[in-house]
Amino acid sequence: MEHLLELQDVVIRFALRSGDLTAVDGVSFSLNRGERMGLVGESGAGKSVTGFSIIDLISKPGYISSGRILFEGKDLAGLSEEELRIIRGNRISMIFQDPMMTLNPVLTIGTQMVETLQAHRDISDEEAHGIALEKLRKVHIPSPEKRLIQYPHEFSGGMRQRIVIAIALLTDPALIIADEPTTALDVTIQAEILDLLLELCESEKTGLILITHDLAVVSQVTQKIAVMYAGKIVEMGDTTRIISQPKHPYTQGLINALPGSEHLGKRLNQIPGMMPNLMSIPPGCSFHPRCPLRVAVCAQQIPELLYYEKFSREVACHVMEQLSGGDL
Amino acid sequence: MFAFTVRRIAQGIFVMLVISFLCFTIQHQIGDPVRDIVGISVSTAEREALRDKMGLNDPFLTQYVRFLGKAVHGDVGMSFFFKKPALSVILAKAPATLELVFISSIIIIFVSIPLGIYCAINPRKILSRIIMGLSIVGVSIPVFLTAIILIYIFSVELHWLPSYGRGQLVQIGPWRTGLLTLDGWKHLILPSIALSSIMLPLFIRLIRSQMMEVLETDYIKFAWAKGLHRKRIWFVHAFKNTLLPVITVGGVQLGTMIAFTILTETVFQWQGLGFLFIEAVERADTTLLVAYLMVVGVIFVVVNTLVDIVYGLVNPMVRIQGSK
Repeated sequence: MEHLLELQDVVIRFALRSGDLTAVDGVSFSLNRGERMGLVGESGAGKSVTGFSIIDLISKPGYISSGRILFEGKDLAGLSEEELRIIRGNRISMIFQDPMMTLNPVLTIGTQMVETLQAHRDISDEEAHGIALEKLRKVHIPSPEKRLIQYPHEFSGGMRQRIVIAIALLTDPALIIADEPTTALDVTIQAEILDLLLELCESEKTGLILITHDLAVVSQVTQKIAVMYAGKIVEMGDTTRIISQPKHPYTQGLINALPGSEHLGKRLNQIPGMMPNLMSIPPGCSFHPRCPLRVAVCAQQIPELLYYEKFSREVACHVMEQLSGGDL
Repeated sequence: MFAFTVRRIAQGIFVMLVISFLCFTIQHQIGDPVRDIVGISVSTAEREALRDKMGLNDPFLTQYVRFLGKAVHGDVGMSFFFKKPALSVILAKAPATLELVFISSIIIIFVSIPLGIYCAINPRKILSRIIMGLSIVGVSIPVFLTAIILIYIFSVELHWLPSYGRGQLVQIGPWRTGLLTLDGWKHLILPSIALSSIMLPLFIRLIRSQMMEVLETDYIKFAWAKGLHRKRIWFVHAFKNTLLPVITVGGVQLGTMIAFTILTETVFQWQGLGFLFIEAVERADTTLLVAYLMVVGVIFVVVNTLVDIVYGLVNPMVRIQGSK
């Protein structure tokens, strides 16, 4: 079966005065129809840029320098501005991080919903209103008729994110890219929004790419995850497997760092050091200076992302090659 | 919206009270109405008697209240030079200035908005850079120099346009207008360009920088992600948000333009308020000066109140606060 989305060796650079900076370095993954995937990593790991690259909305001076992005079999990089526009918001929708900033403050919710529909379909205002109302009901906005004529500042953060989700759903897209959709919300609201997103993606068979630094969020919603570090995917596979048995030392570090009941009263584990500045990525494996398992080769050779039958996942780690032949 | 408007008007009245107090203080300190009336050939005792009769020896506050009471009825005193009520002298000159400012504002609005938007959307294009470069030049050249250069080129060398005065006027009620004759329009062109020469580049730069800021926001990025047409993103989503600060600055600047047409009017011998003001200063016509200050104060307050109301119409958040 053809993948819904496939990224092949995507490299994203930022053209800076001091030379180009590679933010995403050869990322490949694929997503099936209706599949939900998490892109996980620290800030600066390149996960958001990867997400935005799919609909070619990387902020300047960023650009996709090589690689292919296939969506429903079409290479998005080869499309004209207008062809891309027809896909954006129609086949692929986005949900942004901060719902307080995502909606235009001077336009009513109704206007912002109707214009999206009318940008992609030739329908009347009444029809568009009807669809907007239906979607607002779907995201559990009470009395949507009244809400349509209100402005964004008349809604709370959680309500606004629901509206953003409703906008994302307007055109029944095949894929939703959600960039940290719950980071800016209260913990209680976070859970509601995630449940809603999960429920809608399941019922509509919508693919989802969930970009987050929060492993708990990923495990709740996605079937598959890709862990990113310094612009590369270091581990990718089934969500429950990776969360319960992380293999890459970085993923292990991330999961060990989560506060749990067994550590009560003790210091939280942390990965020593910081993620390298993209200007000065260490040679070899970019994680090696912080890695507890590093060996000599780590500093010299960049590990490839390889599929390990034994772990049924892909991992990019030199040590893994030794481990996979061993007892695990 | 109604409550909002009422509150703005109340604030406007308060500001006018403060202005009137300042004006009266100035008049009280530097003006001598007795001199204005009698000249130098009257004895000190007679002057003193006159002062008592006119109430000039009353306490300051009593005089102020009397001044205020008259001012409310439109009487701010007699112009010493024109021997006419100061207010009517000013109102007779006002149409000239208002027409000049009106045409300048139209030039500013219709030139700065398209250019500002163009420069914001295409910051790297050569044309944008040229516009931005010229706008720096425009801001830096003082109005009187611009005016003189314009006169030199278009009147002296090319003989296309007249260099001074208002040309042929038509009287409609109390309003003497130059907008109804071709000659009047010809006379308006150079002064209005000169008057807009400072504000225009300023507004191009303001609109450009505001719009560039807006274009970087999340909601614009979201609008792109929704797959909207670029025109809708630029002219509806971005421009409406750009307008908010521009309206605020624009209101203040409009008031400033009315108040400070002095340079332009002097160079072009334009018989308006600015010209009148300079004459009043030269003749030490304190009553007229004070009346001028009051009138300009009223214009400022009215313009700013209108601007606030317009702002409320554009910005939904202001509307809500006002209705509560």
